[in-house]
Amino acid sequence: MQRQLTEIVWFVVTIAFTFLGLLAITFFIGRVVPIDPVLSVVGDRATPAVYEAARTAMGLDRPLPIQFISYVGDVLTGNFGKSVSTGRPVIEDLSRVFPATLEMATLGILIGVALGVPMGVVAASRQGSWVDQVIRVIGLLGYSVPAFWLGLVGLAIFYARLRWVGGPGRIDIYFDGLVPPVTGVLLIDSLISGDIDIFWNAVNHLILPAAVLGFFSLAYIARMTRSFMLDQLNQEYVTTARVKGVPERLVVWRHAFNPIRVPLITVIGLSYAGLLEGSVMIETIFSWPGIGNYLTVALLNADMNAVLGATLVIGAVFICINKLSDVLYRVLDPRAR
Amino acid sequence: MANTRDWLLDDSPTSLLQANLGRSYRVTLALLRNPLAVVGAIIIFGLIIAAVFAPWIAPYSPIGQNLSQRLLPPSAEHWMGTDELGRDIYSRVIYGSQITLTIVLLVAVIAAPLGLMVGAISGYFGGWVDRVLMGVTDVFLSMPKLILALAFVAALGPGINNAIIAIAITTWPSYARIARAETMTIRNAEFISAVQLQGASPLRIILRHVLPLCTSSMIIRVTLDMAGIILTAAGLGFLGLGAQPPLPEWGAMISRGRSFILDQWWVATMPGFAIIIVSLGFCFLGDGLRDVLDPKQGEGK
Amino acid sequence: MSSPLLDVQNLRVSFPSPKGPVEVVKGISFTLGRERLGIVGESGSGKSMTGRSILKLIRSPGKVTADRMTFDGIDLLSQSEKQMRAIRGARISMVMQDPKFSLNPVMTVGEQIAEALVTHAKLPRREINDRVLSMLEAVRINDPARVAKLYPHEVSGGMGQRVMIAMMLIPEPDLLIADEPTSALDVSVQAQVLDIIDDLVVTKGMGLILISHDLNLVSHYCDRILVMNSGQVVEECIASELSQAKHPYTRGLLAAMPRIDETRDELPVLDRTAWAGT
Repeated sequence: MQRQLTEIVWFVVTIAFTFLGLLAITFFIGRVVPIDPVLSVVGDRATPAVYEAARTAMGLDRPLPIQFISYVGDVLTGNFGKSVSTGRPVIEDLSRVFPATLEMATLGILIGVALGVPMGVVAASRQGSWVDQVIRVIGLLGYSVPAFWLGLVGLAIFYARLRWVGGPGRIDIYFDGLVPPVTGVLLIDSLISGDIDIFWNAVNHLILPAAVLGFFSLAYIARMTRSFMLDQLNQEYVTTARVKGVPERLVVWRHAFNPIRVPLITVIGLSYAGLLEGSVMIETIFSWPGIGNYLTVALLNADMNAVLGATLVIGAVFICINKLSDVLYRVLDPRAR
Repeated sequence: MANTRDWLLDDSPTSLLQANLGRSYRVTLALLRNPLAVVGAIIIFGLIIAAVFAPWIAPYSPIGQNLSQRLLPPSAEHWMGTDELGRDIYSRVIYGSQITLTIVLLVAVIAAPLGLMVGAISGYFGGWVDRVLMGVTDVFLSMPKLILALAFVAALGPGINNAIIAIAITTWPSYARIARAETMTIRNAEFISAVQLQGASPLRIILRHVLPLCTSSMIIRVTLDMAGIILTAAGLGFLGLGAQPPLPEWGAMISRGRSFILDQWWVATMPGFAIIIVSLGFCFLGDGLRDVLDPKQGEGK
Repeated sequence: MSSPLLDVQNLRVSFPSPKGPVEVVKGISFTLGRERLGIVGESGSGKSMTGRSILKLIRSPGKVTADRMTFDGIDLLSQSEKQMRAIRGARISMVMQDPKFSLNPVMTVGEQIAEALVTHAKLPRREINDRVLSMLEAVRINDPARVAKLYPHEVSGGMGQRVMIAMMLIPEPDLLIADEPTSALDVSVQAQVLDIIDDLVVTKGMGLILISHDLNLVSHYCDRILVMNSGQVVEECIASELSQAKHPYTRGLLAAMPRIDETRDELPVLDRTAWAGT
């Protein structure tokens, strides 16, 4: 009990420390790296008086540590500043676009897990065979194909040429705004409002970007599963199972795969977090109104408040998922209990 | 010939030279048995050749416009077709290899030594030094790399140099982790104590005795990371934050071809193939190197 | 004696290396009835590989060849993988070295023992449960119902090895191979574990191959002994006549053993030149 308590306290401390680090990095990027952060706000035609006023308003005349503390305070109260390009508070923008990204990444990870895990297991159990080679190459392609290129080619083939899927955007233009947003996740909202046509239209639009994202998580998950499994298949207890005469299929799935289910959760968590990042490129290609698209638009407009806000949110979610999979590992593995 | 072979494969080498040569020979042999690693090595060799001899290999100028030859499909004259300004895409892809190679090399040259030093210092001294350095490293590691690079470029301003800096900033932490782990295992070895007794300074021990032992795991890691670096650089180029026009950077080329993807598919797809092939090459080689150099997987039972 | 339980002639096991295939077992032959055979040798002498090749568990790229390898009239060499599975566990089974590694960490002890039984016979759940518990009792575990629900990391090494024995004997095989069954255990529980094996093997009338590096132990628990060195059998003798062994390697091993009543200051080291030609 005492040990568990210290472990929990330590865990909270590391999370807090990591978040503080994240804030320090975004603070550093926003205030220290640019040669003159004021200039990017007021523009280079501003009079000295306007410039000074803006500088004081941004608090840049104060020493850096004080600036950092007030920055942390702002972020904790949800004050990310105003976006120059949308004119709204960044936090409002972010909460509006986030569900779209979540929807796409979630379907992506489902595709990745459903295909990647079996592929990794099969590859490892037939190490060296042509199946293994093919799966290895697919896995490496996931590290070598630019996401934006794959999205572009996918659109050209499956949307423009074959007409199998819907085009860019979350939904056809004439359905836009018909569904009252409840969760922000279109697939759920359309079902809540009972509009099956809109549901299928949304699925149609979602499937290609999610499949592209899914490909990258599939590649990563298959690769990790394969290497975990290779490790497992060399374990003594797998030999024990063979000595008992257990059929090979059960040797693979019950004795080799079961012990890696828990470490795989960590891998899947990492991959899911990675998809949030991958969504930046994919959303740009598919004009998907999510956080990635928001970030790139902000980047191109040099809208630093929006850039840092989006970075902070993606970073925070990334960290949370990582830590959560860590916790799950400890809770689920009988050896760690 | 047979004698040289036996000498190289001798299980008990009599000199340092023989041991080193024997090891390189074994590694090369093992790599040659791995078809994917051979393919990877050939691809990377090809990339270097293309970059060095670009002016002789490329049939046209990478930036010379010819508006009468706009958007021509691939043909005997223009192997990969031409773009919207009538430039030969094949020539641009060849010249683009210079940019890619530069980015990759510079990132490796900045990030690997930085990571090595941080990791070695952290692992060698331990204690508070270790905690602070690894704390910082972990914060960087727990951040999404691409997003971090994007934010840095946004603050630094677009351009190829800033892209390289941003990518290097996001890559060093994983090298620091590896170097630290290796250093921790070496730190307490007898030969380190022997050098310490001779009065060598910590700096000398780290540079002369610790870092050389980290190189093989470092080479594997850097080779495997190359693909990711190429993709990030291309992504920055695609978003208009990396190399600026008219530089024939592959990501930026795809970005320009985006408007023509439906009718003139070659403009966007061809540079993409170049990225894929080169990245795959690094992955194949890195995978092969790991199989050979990593004693945990290499030896087996 | 009727036809032997196990008959192995000219068994060879080889692995590829950069310098060409390396033989780790170089043509050994022996027969075994329902008796206790000890195989002794240093690590790397090929004794474990011999045990595993009888079960055809040498994974590629390792290669096993033999002029003859029959078990109870079955030609093991020509058995398909599927036919081998019917033999493994049910007719020949093997106790492995270290329960820390040879028991599946995420299955309970009871599940793993039950699996050995269920793999070869369809039985009602009640009966499986009863037999698992009585088997655990047979390996002298006091509280079988509680132990069956434990995970391997929750039991001690000695208990883990008894669980291993229970698991390997529950389908009632005819031949048990014990590959260094006690070398990972505390000295205090070694004898206990070996007594359990000995007891069960003798009462069930099974054959036993006890693989070990420990001459004393093997001569104590076996009827006959094979001494192996670098892949070959260098000496074969009845356990009680071990002290009259002729081969210099065996004599070297015997001489290197400490005795409780001795006064030697230094134990002799094996002089490998004596049999280098063999």
